[in-house]
Amino acid sequence: MSARGERRLGAALVAPAGAALALVALGPLLATAWLSLRHRVPVLGEDRFVGLANYGALAHDARFLGALANTAYFTALAVALELVLALPLALALHHAGRGRGGIRAAVLVPWILPTVVAAKLWALLLQPDLGLLARIWPDGAGAVLTRPRLALHAAIFVDVWKTTPFVALLLLAGLQAIPEDLARAARVDGASALRVFRSITLPLLRPAILLALLFRSLDAFRVFDVVFVLTEGGPGHTTEPLSLYAYRTLLRAGSFGLGAAISLVTFLCVVAIGLAWLSALGERRPAEAP
Amino acid sequence: MSVAGVRLELESLAKSYGGVPALRGVSLSVGDGKLVAVVGPSGCGKSTLLSLVAGLDAPDAGVIRIDGRVVNDLSPRERDVAMVFQSYALYPHMTVRRNLAFPLDVAGVPRREIAARVEEVAALLGLAPLLDRRPAALSGGQRQRVALGRALVRRPKVFLLDEPLSNLDAALRLGVRAELKKLHERLGATFVYVTHDQAEAMTLADRIAVLRDGALEQVGTPREIYGAPATAFVARFVGTPPVNLVAPEVLGLPEGPIDVALRPEDLRVSREAGAAGLAARVWLVEPMGSETWVTVERAGARLVARCEAAFDAPPGAPVRLGFDPRRLQRFERETGRRVVPDRPG
Repeated sequence: MSARGERRLGAALVAPAGAALALVALGPLLATAWLSLRHRVPVLGEDRFVGLANYGALAHDARFLGALANTAYFTALAVALELVLALPLALALHHAGRGRGGIRAAVLVPWILPTVVAAKLWALLLQPDLGLLARIWPDGAGAVLTRPRLALHAAIFVDVWKTTPFVALLLLAGLQAIPEDLARAARVDGASALRVFRSITLPLLRPAILLALLFRSLDAFRVFDVVFVLTEGGPGHTTEPLSLYAYRTLLRAGSFGLGAAISLVTFLCVVAIGLAWLSALGERRPAEAP
Repeated sequence: MSVAGVRLELESLAKSYGGVPALRGVSLSVGDGKLVAVVGPSGCGKSTLLSLVAGLDAPDAGVIRIDGRVVNDLSPRERDVAMVFQSYALYPHMTVRRNLAFPLDVAGVPRREIAARVEEVAALLGLAPLLDRRPAALSGGQRQRVALGRALVRRPKVFLLDEPLSNLDAALRLGVRAELKKLHERLGATFVYVTHDQAEAMTLADRIAVLRDGALEQVGTPREIYGAPATAFVARFVGTPPVNLVAPEVLGLPEGPIDVALRPEDLRVSREAGAAGLAARVWLVEPMGSETWVTVERAGARLVARCEAAFDAPPGAPVRLGFDPRRLQRFERETGRRVVPDRPG
C-alpha cells in the first residue's frame, strides 16, 4: 500500500472515534461556549445574546472569586498532601516483601469506596452533636464543619484520606518500572540509601510523579461530591468550589448563561493545568537511541 | 593507570533465599591481582556469590575477607569493590560523564579531580566522544564500556563482573573479551568474573572456580580444569565441542561402575578400509573451517571427534575409531568423581 493510501486508511479508521469525540465532547463544549454568551433564564422566559457580559459579571462576583480561590486552594493542598503521603506509602509497599498483595488491597479500601459514601461517612464522624469526634473532643467538634477555614480543610482531609492510596498505587507502578539493578549499582558505587533515593529513584520516578499530579490536579479542580456531601458548600458559600457554584447557578437559580460561563472558566483552568503538567512530563525525557 | 590488587578470601559462605539454598559453604581464595572466573550453569549461585562479596546481600554463614580484613558487616561503600552488572545498570537519566562521575561524586572527591579521572577513564576506554550522551543513545558495546568505566574510575581493590559480555553480540564479544584481558593485565587489580560461558573463563582467568548447585566442584587453572577435571560435571562443562562421556564398553573397554571421558581432539576417525580400531558410523559432519567436527554413532552412543578440515563422509558411512588410552579419564558413575588412575592406561 502506498504511503498516501495508508494515511487515508488511517484517517478512515480514526474517523468514527473522531466523530464520537466531536459528538460527545466538542459539541457540548461549543454549545456551552455559545450559551455562556447569552442571558438565558428559562423560567422567566428570557433568552438574548449578551456577548461577554456574563464573564464581566463573574469578574465582579465575590461568590465566584471565592469559589475560584476555594477550588485552587483545595486542589493545591489536597494534591500536595496526597503526593507527600503517597510517596512513603509507595516506597513501603515497594519494599514490603511478603504480604504485599494483601497490604496493597487493604490500602486501596478508601479509594474503592464511592466518594459520596466516604464523604457521608466522614460527615457522620464529624457531626457536631452525635459524631465520633464530638465524643472524643466535645468542645471542638462543633467548630469543624461550621467554621469556614476548618470546614474547607475537613473536605481536603477527606479527599486526601480517600485518594492517597490511588496516588500511592500510581507511584508504586512507577517504582516497579525502575530496574532493581540501578539501586544495587548505586549502592556498590558507594551511595547511601538516602543518596540512592535522591540521585536514582526520585529522578526516575519523575514521570510517574508528574502523571499522578496530572490526574489528581485535574480531578481535584473539578471537585464536587466531597464538598457537596460534607458541607454543601457551607457555612454560607465559604467552602463552595467552582463546580458546585456552576451547578447551583445552572440548575437551582436557573441562570443558564451565567452557569455556562462558570463551567467554561472551570474547563479552561483544567486545560491550563493539564497542559502545564503535560509539558513538564514531555521535557527531559531520556533521549531515545538514534 | 594501575591499581594495587588485594587478596579476596571467602570462607564457607552460605546463603539461602526463602529456604532455598543458593550457596552451600563456598570457600575460595583469590590472590592479589588475579582474575578468578566463577563458572556454572544458570542458578548455580554465581550471582549470589557476587552479591555477597559486594555487600548487597548478607551471608547466612561464612566469612568474607578483603585484604585480610573481615568485611561481613561493612556496607558496599566501605568495602571498596566495584561491580559491573550484566544489565550494565547505567543510570538512564545521566549522561555518560555523570555516570562515570557518580561513584566519585558520592565519595566526595573534589570536582576538579573528578573531571580529571573521568577524562582518564574515558580516554582509556575510548569513551571521550560519548561523554555527553545518555545511555539510551549508545550501542551495546559502548554501554558495556561505560559500565566498565564506572567501575574503573574508583580504582577499587576488587572488581566484580557479573556476566559482563553476555549482552553483546558474538562478533563484539571476542573483541571485548580480549580488551578485558589486556585491561586486567594493565591494572593489576583483583577480578572476580562470573560467567556461564566456559570459553570466557578459559581465555581470561588465572584460575577457574566451577560452581554447581551452590557448591564448588573444582578450583584450578584453566589447564587443570580442562586436563584434569575433578568431576564428570566439570569435564562436561569445559571444552568445545563437549567431552565424550560414555560407558566404557562404548570404547571397547571392560564394563564397570564408571564412565569414561575422551576429549574430541583425542578421538581419531578413519575412513580407510581395513584400518584398525572400533567400528562406528558417521552421524553428522560439521565443517568449522580450520577443522571438521565429526559425530559418530557406536553402540547406541554418539561421540564427537575433531578431525582435519578436509574430512568428509556421508551420514551412515562406516569408520574406524582410535584413541590413546592414556588420554582417557574415568569418573565414578554414582558420584561423578574422578577415578585417579593407579595404573597407566
